[in-house]
Amino acid sequence: MKFPKIHFDDMKNEGTGSVTAHERRKFLKLGLAVAGVYAGGKILSLTSIVGTAHASSGISIVKKYPYNPHYSMVIRQSLCIDCEKCVDACNEINNVPEYGYRTRILTKKYTGSLDKQVEFIPVLCNHCNNAPCVRACPTKATYKDPVTGIVRMESKKCIGCKTCMLACPYDARYFSAERRAIDKCDFCWDERLSKGDTQTGCSAACPTGARTFGNLTDPDNIVYKLIHQLEEQIWVIRPADDTKPNVFYMKGNMRSVDNILNEQKFKYFDPNKS
Amino acid sequence: MTGRMVNISKKWGFHGIEALKNASPLYKITMGFFALLALAGAAVGVHGMIVGYHHVYGVSRQISWGLLISTYIFCVVTSTGLCIISSIGHVFGGEAFMPIAKRAVFMSIVFMFGGFCIIFFDIENPFRMAIWNVFSPNFVSNMWWMGTLYGMYLVFMMIEYYFLLEQNHTLSRLMGFFGLVVGIAAHSNLGAVFGMLHGRPFWYGPYLPIYFIFSAAMSGGCAILFFTTLGWKINPDIMNQRMERAIKAVTQVTIFLISVIIFFTIWKIITGMVSEGKHLVIMSFLTGEYATNFWLFEIFLGMVLPLLLLIRSRGNNFNLIMFATGLMMVGIFFMRYDIVIPGQIESVYHSLGVVEEAELLTYTPSFHEIMASLFGIAFVCLAYFSGEKILNGHQLEKHEIVPEGGYICLGCGGIHFMEEGETEEDAMKRHHKIW
Repeated sequence: MKFPKIHFDDMKNEGTGSVTAHERRKFLKLGLAVAGVYAGGKILSLTSIVGTAHASSGISIVKKYPYNPHYSMVIRQSLCIDCEKCVDACNEINNVPEYGYRTRILTKKYTGSLDKQVEFIPVLCNHCNNAPCVRACPTKATYKDPVTGIVRMESKKCIGCKTCMLACPYDARYFSAERRAIDKCDFCWDERLSKGDTQTGCSAACPTGARTFGNLTDPDNIVYKLIHQLEEQIWVIRPADDTKPNVFYMKGNMRSVDNILNEQKFKYFDPNKS
Repeated sequence: MTGRMVNISKKWGFHGIEALKNASPLYKITMGFFALLALAGAAVGVHGMIVGYHHVYGVSRQISWGLLISTYIFCVVTSTGLCIISSIGHVFGGEAFMPIAKRAVFMSIVFMFGGFCIIFFDIENPFRMAIWNVFSPNFVSNMWWMGTLYGMYLVFMMIEYYFLLEQNHTLSRLMGFFGLVVGIAAHSNLGAVFGMLHGRPFWYGPYLPIYFIFSAAMSGGCAILFFTTLGWKINPDIMNQRMERAIKAVTQVTIFLISVIIFFTIWKIITGMVSEGKHLVIMSFLTGEYATNFWLFEIFLGMVLPLLLLIRSRGNNFNLIMFATGLMMVGIFFMRYDIVIPGQIESVYHSLGVVEEAELLTYTPSFHEIMASLFGIAFVCLAYFSGEKILNGHQLEKHEIVPEGGYICLGCGGIHFMEEGETEEDAMKRHHKIW
């Protein structure tokens, strides 16, 4: 078999004008993933870190929103100060018993970094579009709400087999003896959203704005704005499980984000200008 | 039809409660011990149910399946295995395997009930299960299929056992075939309950459903050998040439299946070593917390020693076979434990590198869990010991109990009944026609 000869030297440079925003974004993500690798202190294991964790496509996951309102949470990780007001608010609003929790804050420590040594990562149910718990449940006691996309519980059907607890890659479920069923985050649907509130208990209680909650289909909503920008990387936890989560993470301390939220325009450096 | 009108107890080889009364004192003490153990286990289980399992069980949010699930799996694996191995004889016509059928099917049913006893104390709302399994089925859930298929399996096995007692070989064979198909479907679904949790790399993949089937066959061979040789200790009369040949055949199959499982285990370890998601768990097997479970119980007692002893026994040293398979039953128990618990010891947030989940999780079975598991195990033992007496050692051919109008079939060793004016040959043909 013969391969056609390509003369790379003779080819014309396409220039950067033809690079689509999507392509550019993918490239940027790659760059940030490598930076993330350095921050994680795992510079020698490039491939494995890209495979396992943090860096993942935000946009490609949410290309088309299957729900309306499509509730989502964007967590600006750098703003979290581990005050745990969200956890307390959640426990109080949803009557979470002492032995359980619906959300919690994880701590990640770094050595060798110059700017900060510790980072806090709030975690909760990711309300996955492709939820493993919903597939695993034998009696459809847990289900994806057809309107909002919230993963909810119909407690009376729960037989307590605990398969969903193991199916969940986010440790978002526990068995509540009081409810005689598995209990989990429902984005405060029962206690707040269904009563007209627009914020979950945790996002309302957050003093720094680390947790932002809203409707991903509404262009005026903060989560829409945070997701639909190219400057800052967005990721989900455990992307390899392909659960298509609706809780997104970003560092969230860049000026670009402020620009978007304050509706200012980007100021790019233009190399053609003298 | 006059020839068939015989006393049911004679026809089934049924010795009744009388046989228990005539048992030796030691036998009665053994049975009493298991009866008390089952009662105590049930009582402790009910206590746990009343006060709430989360107060008394060792399972946690992250390790939510503990000893009860692993013992349940031990029971249902053995049950399926008994069905698989015995089906070689009375379903597929492997003549050497026929004499073990009655005991194997009986024990298969008993183990299934034992498993249900245990899972009853693990499921938080067992009574809801009966309702919502029917009215709100989730057809993509392995758990649903597993429960439903095992329910069907139990029904088929019970009908099959009835026809075995009735000496209706056509229908028992048909039911045995359905039982086998449904049992294998149910059992591979049990493997898939674990194998389809893609957030759990230690379990995820097609390995477990396949492994479960072969492992079940191995457990089944082991269980038949153990219970038959133990039955021989209880009542030496059950041994005859056909039974000796059957034990030899099952020993050969079991040796083969142990080798298969050794092969499976070797590749599980080797492939796991290079997988990021499994590495920590595999290392805890090799050198960490589960090293004793793995090396001593699973490998040495569960596979290597029985393999050597069974080869050495040549299939006719029954004492040695009983010893080897007895150890193997213990080893297999740990084998099941080593599937269920270590799959959960690595937290889902471990790979995130957070402080909270840096360590592997630990689990220790609580008193309540141990007792509730013993409820199922003691039930199995009790049913076995009563079965050996009441059903007269599950014998197929023993001249004393051949009733009037019956004869011992040379083909299967079972008792057949001639209809009026029928020759033995015609009766044999009638009993053994497939359709």
